[in-house]
Amino acid sequence: MFDFSVVSSWIHQFLTSVMPEGLAIFLECLVVGVCILAAYAVIAMILIYMERKICAWFQCRIGPDRVGKFGLLQLFADVIKMLIKEIVELKNTDKFLHALAPYIVILSSILAFACLPINKGMEILDFNIGVVFLVAVSSLGVIGILLAGWSSNSKYTMIGAMRSGAQIISYELSIGMCLLAVAIFTGTLQFSEIVAFQADGWLIFKGHIPAVIAFIVYLIAGNAETNRGPFDMPEAESELTAGYHTEYSGMHFGFFYLSEYLNMFIIAGVAATIFLGGWMPLHISGLEGFNAIMDYIPGFVWFFGKAFFVVFLLMWMRWTFVRLRIDQLLKFEWKILLPIGLFNLVLMILVVVFKLHF
Amino acid sequence: MNNFCKYFDSFFRGLKTLLVGLKTTIKVFFRKKITEKYPENRATLKISDRFRGTLTMPHDENNQHNCVACGLCQNACPNGTITVHFETVENEEGKKTKVLTNYEYDLGTCIFCQLCVNACPHNAITFENSFEHAVFNREKLVKKLNRDGSTVVNKK
Repeated sequence: MFDFSVVSSWIHQFLTSVMPEGLAIFLECLVVGVCILAAYAVIAMILIYMERKICAWFQCRIGPDRVGKFGLLQLFADVIKMLIKEIVELKNTDKFLHALAPYIVILSSILAFACLPINKGMEILDFNIGVVFLVAVSSLGVIGILLAGWSSNSKYTMIGAMRSGAQIISYELSIGMCLLAVAIFTGTLQFSEIVAFQADGWLIFKGHIPAVIAFIVYLIAGNAETNRGPFDMPEAESELTAGYHTEYSGMHFGFFYLSEYLNMFIIAGVAATIFLGGWMPLHISGLEGFNAIMDYIPGFVWFFGKAFFVVFLLMWMRWTFVRLRIDQLLKFEWKILLPIGLFNLVLMILVVVFKLHF
Repeated sequence: MNNFCKYFDSFFRGLKTLLVGLKTTIKVFFRKKITEKYPENRATLKISDRFRGTLTMPHDENNQHNCVACGLCQNACPNGTITVHFETVENEEGKKTKVLTNYEYDLGTCIFCQLCVNACPHNAITFENSFEHAVFNREKLVKKLNRDGSTVVNKK
């Protein structure tokens, strides 16, 4: 299994041999930051292309195929369009908050993105309360959404932002319940240890029934968390034009757009990490040859493969189900999803106490 | 207790309908895509038989059509697109009959409603698939549907 910490420790030794340690660490932080931003942009582009194609296939169409082979250059056309558009200054808005809001949204999603362990030894933010940190920073985004809705000084954005607040805060509970169930099972909140725990079998196999329930509830709540259909109340194209980002243009709108897709990837990445073993290859105990072959596939391939599989599940949900009304949405969370989460938590405790897991 | 049962009943029924929805969409996902890449695949283009491209009058191998020049299609047309020109001739038994001379069809005003085809008692006219109608002036859109020298099929 390829261990990325070999590379990073080699770079660190090389840098400290030519410069003082403080400067070396500063430079490393800079490089890591640039890498995160680059990965963020690239993954967002892949996701936008994937969404268009998968949406088309679910509707029996073929999707974009005019710009470049299979429409692959469509992404670049979209990005260039977004970059050269003017950022419109509006009258009677709170200019400072209006400009600040997209940065809060994108900052929270970049922070959450940095928590994902991509490969062995390739954890960027990895400490003993990793899961709690991830939940905390990913809910910071709702502040940006509320600010965007408030500062735009428009009815649509205000209603969209209020719905978003109600929705995200409610569904955060279900996500918490699922993560708590995992924390009970693995006995740790650190992402690298959660992955290491799954070395002899992914959690969804080891934890059987409660893990599968937690996985499904997590996917549903995660879809709601990212404001995507069938839970796209904050945007609600049919009744609120575009919800909280109606008044945004140019790259400020682009930040909302990017963070929506990246939040979906983060939800998928966390699901892949905690339920499907992260970068851990598929190991079946007893088949030594099979396990050895699986170990040759590098960890980041496993991670991205699993994450994009979960993204596909999320898109499948999105393009199948009809939208809910805001009251149905909250009823669904408080009357159905949360009781299931609580029940599942008890079930998981019983499984762990009586050692009923594999 | 009744409410308790109702809650679980509605929960499982909801779950079932959601799964049915997922099954339907995944079937469509793997189905052959219906989109036609039109300018590239002109040769292999597939259009539904029910598509109304242009009005035609089918002729058989003897250059004969079914139109008896009754004029029902002309009356049925909401736009005055069809004009049936005919002349009255006397046949060998001494009966006067209408004979079609020019079936005039103006593609420029046709709304493809199919009322003319429905009105026709002899199935003389029908819609076919060809849809590439661009021309340079509007006079060229006025078409004569019966061929030169064609006659009506003699029905026994």
